[in-house]
Amino acid sequence: MTTDPGYSSRVAMPPRTRTAVGGAREVTEAMLSTGDRKKRVRGLILYSLLLLGLATALVSIAAMITWAIIAGWPRLSLELFTNVPSVVTPEKAGYRTAILGTLYVIGGVILLIVPLGVGAAVYLEEFANPRNPFNRFVDLNIQNLAGVPSIVFGILGLAFIVRGPLSLGFVAAAGSLTLALLVLPTVILASREAIRAVPSSIRDGSLALGATVWQTVSRQVLPAAFPGVLTGVILAVARAIGEAAPLLLVGAVTFVTFDPQFFEGGYSTLPTMIYSYAKRPQEELQVLAAAGVVIMLVLLILINSVAIYLRNRFERTW
Amino acid sequence: MSSRVISPGAPSSGPNVRSLEAPGPRVGERIIKVLLWLAALVSVVVTTGIVISLLLPSLNFFQQVSIVEFLTGTIWAPAFAEPAFGVIPIVVGTLMVVFFAMLVAIPVGLASAIYLSEYAPVGVRKTIKPILEVLEGIPTVAIGLFAFSVLTPLIRDLTPFLPWTGPFSIGVAGITVGLLIIPLVSSVSDDAMRSVPMSLREGAYAMGATRFEVALRVVLPAAVSGVIAAFVLGISRAIGETMVVLLVAGAGNPVLSFDPTKGIQTMTAYIGSTATGDISQGTITYDSIFAVGALLFVMTLVMNILAIRLVRRFREVYD
Repeated sequence: MTTDPGYSSRVAMPPRTRTAVGGAREVTEAMLSTGDRKKRVRGLILYSLLLLGLATALVSIAAMITWAIIAGWPRLSLELFTNVPSVVTPEKAGYRTAILGTLYVIGGVILLIVPLGVGAAVYLEEFANPRNPFNRFVDLNIQNLAGVPSIVFGILGLAFIVRGPLSLGFVAAAGSLTLALLVLPTVILASREAIRAVPSSIRDGSLALGATVWQTVSRQVLPAAFPGVLTGVILAVARAIGEAAPLLLVGAVTFVTFDPQFFEGGYSTLPTMIYSYAKRPQEELQVLAAAGVVIMLVLLILINSVAIYLRNRFERTW
Repeated sequence: MSSRVISPGAPSSGPNVRSLEAPGPRVGERIIKVLLWLAALVSVVVTTGIVISLLLPSLNFFQQVSIVEFLTGTIWAPAFAEPAFGVIPIVVGTLMVVFFAMLVAIPVGLASAIYLSEYAPVGVRKTIKPILEVLEGIPTVAIGLFAFSVLTPLIRDLTPFLPWTGPFSIGVAGITVGLLIIPLVSSVSDDAMRSVPMSLREGAYAMGATRFEVALRVVLPAAVSGVIAAFVLGISRAIGETMVVLLVAGAGNPVLSFDPTKGIQTMTAYIGSTATGDISQGTITYDSIFAVGALLFVMTLVMNILAIRLVRRFREVYD
């Protein structure tokens, strides 16, 4: 970089001064330079590595969507939604009962998680004293619960909901309750985050005007936190729609040829039906499984887009 | 100090001081508070339920199989005429999945986190974050099926020198789980690095550091506990992953092996495949599901508590 030999070579000076002057110059230049070549190359290499890493993630999403559409293409038609599952006539089989099963199960999940999740979040954020040991325990417990593997919730469902105390049997309601418990921590954590983002000046203003705590929460805090809470609920529901592992344990793998009911009879859901098809050796069922993946991906991308739209639409800074 | 100090929360009881409390008792308010408290209590009930539902059948199980035999035995054959319940083979299967998953998720997840937090312009960040979130939301059944139909043949073609046998592979299952947890690792590390105060970066730049040096020698060490928490959460997620493992590594074959090209059963695959079959309550096979589930629960619990502690320590330093 530096070609100018500098002052030290132009002026005669004793060797020890020359070294000192040269050294001072070098140090100053090193301080002011924007980095030597080696450093810049290293930076560039890292930069491209980072981009490569990111690209891997993005390419795998694109590859998956492309594969599902290509592999499922022969079966992508309206029949997919109207025909019932079958292994005997795979070329005519569809997802009708599984889609209905998913609707029932998810409907139940929404009914359960909205009051329970938002209620718990409101209690922990607005009413609970964070220094109270019980409340700290609840807080830690929720964080832990969010990390419990989904299949363990399946075990809970099998032991407590299908059999045991509740004894609902292998019905859609059992699947619904199991999934609701699974995504409940997600809803609570998301709602708490949304409630926490409401500035305390709003609460103080309301309380100063004589409102009670509940009036403040219900008329000021919750409306302000609504978009955030809604986004959290939508994302939790999206997770519940795609979840299959716990449902394997609470009965949702049967080939149901009749429309399911909530409290009676066998049921199946979209992801567990896809798994049931994919497990079978027949070529047609593999195609059908891929077509099912397309339905599910389209559905979930739609739901996620709504959540992202909501977040951007209502994003505001206080 | 003088008596002018107003102590918060404890209103003095002099006759002229008016209470700020509401004039009458508000019964509705109380009821609402109790209802909300009950909602918060549900999560505790769920945890208790999980522990009880795992513990009771496990106790049954351990009356017939000793804990030592369970934890140290190297043969897992619950369906045989003479069943053996040594959990080591399926634990090794699970650890294989974790190993290959982290091999993929740590470099890629960390790289994208460093890029997003330190390099990406705002616009790029705003586009890429939602895409990563969508990847996080893709059902594991879909990812498993994709891996089984596309990734396994692809990797097999790329590595013809490996001794491939059969359609299933625990190594590919691990790689797929790795892809699945990239968004998790990336977003948790990204959050950790973004909460490193700007002044640290500015200080480093002022000393003449390059962007690369700032990212790697200043921000990353400062955010290290958050980044490790991201890895721990990733490991916990990989331990519990079920559908991908069932589809890509197969449901059966509980052999003790370290060969990534083989299909090997994991703990979750055992639970998932055994519970789907119609096994009757009270048999030792039925109880073994719960014993394996209990072990799985303990493993992930340790990981999660570790992660929560790491994140908390990190928050305490910079908040």
